[in-house]
Amino acid sequence: MTEKGALMANTEPTGVVPLRRTRLKGWMRTVGMLPVLVILCILIQAGTLYFNGEGRFLSAQNLSIVLQQAAINTVLGAGMTFVILTGGIDLSVGSILAAAAMTSVTASLDYGSLGIPVALLTGLLFGLLNGVLIAFVRLPPFIVTLGSMTAVRGIARLWGNDTTVFNPELPFAGISSGSVPIVPGYVELPGLAAIALVVIGLSWFILRRTVLGVRIYAVGGNPDAARLSGIKVWVVLLFVYAASGLLAGLGGAMSAARLYAANGLQLGQSYELDAIAAVILGGTSFVGGIGSIWGTLIGALIIAVLSNGLILLGVSDIWQLIVKGLVIIGAVALDRYRLRGSART
Amino acid sequence: MTSSPMGVGPLVEMRNISIHFGGIKAVDDVSIDLYPGEVVALLGHNGAGKSTLVKVLSGAYRANSGQILIDGRTVEIGSPRDAKALGIETIYQTLALAENIDAPGNLFLGRELTTPWGTLDDAAMEHAARQAILELNPNFTRIKEPVKNLSGGQRQSVAIARALHFKARILIMDEPTAALGPHETRQVADLITRLKAKGIGIFLISHDIHDVFSLADRISVMKNGKLVGTVRTQDVTQDDVLGMIILGKRPKIAA
Repeated sequence: MTEKGALMANTEPTGVVPLRRTRLKGWMRTVGMLPVLVILCILIQAGTLYFNGEGRFLSAQNLSIVLQQAAINTVLGAGMTFVILTGGIDLSVGSILAAAAMTSVTASLDYGSLGIPVALLTGLLFGLLNGVLIAFVRLPPFIVTLGSMTAVRGIARLWGNDTTVFNPELPFAGISSGSVPIVPGYVELPGLAAIALVVIGLSWFILRRTVLGVRIYAVGGNPDAARLSGIKVWVVLLFVYAASGLLAGLGGAMSAARLYAANGLQLGQSYELDAIAAVILGGTSFVGGIGSIWGTLIGALIIAVLSNGLILLGVSDIWQLIVKGLVIIGAVALDRYRLRGSART
Repeated sequence: MTSSPMGVGPLVEMRNISIHFGGIKAVDDVSIDLYPGEVVALLGHNGAGKSTLVKVLSGAYRANSGQILIDGRTVEIGSPRDAKALGIETIYQTLALAENIDAPGNLFLGRELTTPWGTLDDAAMEHAARQAILELNPNFTRIKEPVKNLSGGQRQSVAIARALHFKARILIMDEPTAALGPHETRQVADLITRLKAKGIGIFLISHDIHDVFSLADRISVMKNGKLVGTVRTQDVTQDDVLGMIILGKRPKIAA
């Protein structure tokens, strides 16, 4: 009898209190990491002011460097956001980036700017391969992309006979060295950062404004419900892994443009971890179905600001690794905290 | 087969359906039917095969043998999409909503409305969803919230609104009240009565006889994958049906 009473009483007030709480959670989730980014910037600026006597962080030149450094990770993170929203993971993006950079620089030696489409195609191909294995053979994403991370790394080394390929006259280097005027004469956006912003914008459009986007969220939220609603889950899975591969390919072209060179062994090492860290820092849940592309942009900026700041503060690269690792763990802890909060009905 | 309670042809006939998973016969040569405006309860213990049987109708499983007839015509149901095209909608206790998406998103999941440019028409979907849901449940206001923040009854309203919006003629309700409190269970019972009046045929699946005895016109009982029998609710007592569920024996009365 008391149980019945409790159930009856429960039906009404559930509306009021948790509503405010979920609004707050939702607000925390979307704006979530922006305050962290701002605080991080202020701390680093203060730190450089204290240790170096001048605030070197918040200079136009340094901020432009930060944006450049964040660009490739943002692009990889955008692809990773699609994948993680479906509840999957793509460990192969670093290797795909290396392979795409190899084909891109190699192709640019003979075919000039065709190096860019070649990079995109290389990435798309490997991404589709991941997607086919996951969507049709139904292997777990972690296993598939762990395998392709290793195999594609090997292929990247194979393609350059395990050497570095150079092209000092890389025809599309302008996407890195050039810049896009925002306020002509005053504010310019580095080329790579502009590309990253376009990728973020397109990703937002796909996730929020298209049928495919809703279905990506649906597959991540409840694959059974998605399937029973008549959604072709394989289309969604194929798309997200292909998109992740394609964007890793774009990352390869961006990286080639920045370095005028590509190396199958070193390029893109552990980039997948930075991309995952950016996505998780951005509030996207590892379980799938919850998250946003803006969060990923913020997450990538946090990582770039942190790296840049630690260098400016003269922290040794050994300690940089330790701090970065702790940030990744902290990010997953945050993910858990958020999940616990939202699991309440 | 069974005499027609409405004097019209059956809406659904499932004939001699068998499904096995590996060596296990989940459903063994079962035949059931459903008439327009009728509620047929499928009763049986967990694992009796009732959910598996109707999943053939909703397109989630394929039968190894047997026939499905809709309006007297043989049909092939290969996917949930095929089932929906035939006017068959399913309301699952837990499975069918994406908890992270709001009510309009769930209502149109898999059948999203788009603008002429091919982008999502959020305004049209929200408008249609609001109408469909408010018709069922006037207290439902939190339409833009992820459905995981809603109560069980509200979630069930979303699922039922989805079925109604797409003009379901055959409704499969798999344990629709299992997660609900008594007040909400009554709401769902009211809804079922109203759906019946619209001429919709309903398969109501449950393992609890008390949930369905007052709602069902006929009761089909399954045990260990086999059909124990189909009886008219007015001809039997709850004890008779309980005997069918537990012992797998048909009651003495003719049905």
